Amino acid sequence: MRLLVISALPLCVALVVLGVPAFRGRRVPVVLLAVVALAHLALVTSLWIAPESATLGGWFAVDPLGLTVLTLTSVLFLITVVYTVGYVRRERPSSGRVFAGCLMAFLTAASVVSLAHHLAMVWVGMEATTLSVAPLVFLRRDRRSLEATWKYLVISSVGIALALLGTFFLASAQVGVPGRPLVLPDLVEHARDLHPAWLRAAFLFLLVGFGTKMGLAPMHTWKPDTYGEAPSLVSGLMAGALTSCAFLGVARVTQVVMAAGLESFAQPVLIGFGLLSLAVAAVFIIGQRDVKRLLAYSSVEHMGLLVLGLGLGGVGAYGSMLHLVNNGLSKGWMFLVTGNIVLATGSSAAAGNRGLIRTLPVSAALLVLGLFAVTGSPPFGLFMSEFTILRAAINAGHPWIAAVMLLFLGVIFVGMAALVLGMALGEPEPGSVPVRESAWLVAGPVALAAVVLMLGIYIPGPLHQVLARAAAALGGTAP
Amino acid sequence: MRDAAQLVLLLVVLSDLAVLGTTRLSSCIRWVAAQGLLLGLLPLLLAPELSVHPVSLSVGTIAVKAIILPWFLGRAIREAAVRREIEPLVGFIASQLLGALAVALAFAIASRLPLPAMQQPLLVPVSLATLMAGFIVLTTRRKALMQVVGYLILENGIYLFGLTQTESVPFLIELGVLLDVFAGVFIMGIVVFHINREFDSLDSTRLTELTD
Repeated sequence: MRLLVISALPLCVALVVLGVPAFRGRRVPVVLLAVVALAHLALVTSLWIAPESATLGGWFAVDPLGLTVLTLTSVLFLITVVYTVGYVRRERPSSGRVFAGCLMAFLTAASVVSLAHHLAMVWVGMEATTLSVAPLVFLRRDRRSLEATWKYLVISSVGIALALLGTFFLASAQVGVPGRPLVLPDLVEHARDLHPAWLRAAFLFLLVGFGTKMGLAPMHTWKPDTYGEAPSLVSGLMAGALTSCAFLGVARVTQVVMAAGLESFAQPVLIGFGLLSLAVAAVFIIGQRDVKRLLAYSSVEHMGLLVLGLGLGGVGAYGSMLHLVNNGLSKGWMFLVTGNIVLATGSSAAAGNRGLIRTLPVSAALLVLGLFAVTGSPPFGLFMSEFTILRAAINAGHPWIAAVMLLFLGVIFVGMAALVLGMALGEPEPGSVPVRESAWLVAGPVALAAVVLMLGIYIPGPLHQVLARAAAALGGTAP
Repeated sequence: MRDAAQLVLLLVVLSDLAVLGTTRLSSCIRWVAAQGLLLGLLPLLLAPELSVHPVSLSVGTIAVKAIILPWFLGRAIREAAVRREIEPLVGFIASQLLGALAVALAFAIASRLPLPAMQQPLLVPVSLATLMAGFIVLTTRRKALMQVVGYLILENGIYLFGLTQTESVPFLIELGVLLDVFAGVFIMGIVVFHINREFDSLDSTRLTELTD
């Protein structure tokens, strides 16, 4: 019952907001958003304390993988809503109900992806995440956001169409095999009886399809434009939560493939996409002139690390799961801080944004700290997860993968540091005065930074257990 | 029934080729509507006996793919006052030849696939051919609206493949897929409308402001 409420509640409220005339106009119903976010997080937290059995004939269930993504989404959503309180005081979206309605529809879609154990249902949820976010990317209604929305829609839709074909291939692999069609536990249980040729084809199509939504290279081309043009809080939700949902789609089919004993087929493909994404991110981060586009390429990098860890197996699977949490939180942090800069100066371009440490001290400090967190420096959580993935490469007997990974991470650090430090330090533009930073706008990033810092020093027991069980489901082990 | 289904599938291939060779946008939309109608008939023709599931799938498909979406796209071009696809990136004759090549390729691939025994052997090759035709339209046309049409044809190809799995995919899921496609094309249509207003053209090649 809780699973259905978690999935349906935000959508019901969204339909009320979109349908009732009282919500017309530019006013954003923040109180309603906050109530939904708190109720959602409370229900998700209750799943950690008392687990829930599968409902609807096994279509909806909680497992460690889904619970990780669901919790991440719920936390990021709440923080985004807190940020929204401060955001709407500075900048009014052109339509309050579209803004709130789409945000809540996205929460429903992401919850469905996290909880669905019927793979076609996963697809339906994933397509719904794409569609619910599109109007938010177009929130500013100008030429540039129009172009970004169009690219995002066309590329994501084609990707997601390929994923649907992959889902049907998986159903073809299951013909004549016992178990409920496309229901995950049954697929995993009888994985060795699945038709291997169809299963391979399904894996490739689902990886490319959901990989497009993750933003793996070379299907990443929508990402810098979309994250660059969408309002920063939307970019943060996309880079933190939406990509995690897409990774969950890839992880689901990987679960089946690993259970079928096709590691030797799947692992090189995952490693290949991972390294290519790292390489593309490194090339485009050097010389980047806009901090939001920079963060988009950083997201390409981290998506690459996620599939790289998955492909390396062993402790790499645990590293990927931990990295999923770290990346989600740190992307939320960085995009919200960038949002503060855009609200204060009107631009996320590096040119013209100098000496922010004088004019926006809190946000600029958070930006510099975030630079070190996102690039995997100790003592932040991303250092731990990247180190675990590095260890997996060495354990698996691929020291050259570890070397290449380190090389790209080094290049990315240099590229990001050049841009971010250039913005934070130096002399402010003549005539710029310090801006009073609203507590609503900095509370979220500060909270996220604290959690990312904690995860680098200490991983709570329950979280470690859930991540370890998720890694075991992906054919890996906990360190 | 088997022969009727075969005939319908061949007509689907013809509608693919027709879209590839048509210049007028309104004619393209009419061909896509016809294709949607053909796809809507297939669940009825392929079902062993008439029950609620194939009938409702058929009604839903015809409503969405043959009536609502073509009407909506037709409205979009009337408001935008564009009539033709001028200078596609690949010419009409060439893209029709590409389409014919795709059909041949689809049959060659399908004959090698490890397919479970099926009542309708044409279903998979026609699905692959439609998929590839959709890709050709999507990648070679300049008008944003034609790209939406290409996406719709691509989805139709996947829908045809899905028909091989009607026993294993429950109705609720099919409904969800149909709803998602509907919403997707709807949102794309709205964006197309804005592109036209903002750029005075439906040309998606004008969208070049965002680069590194």
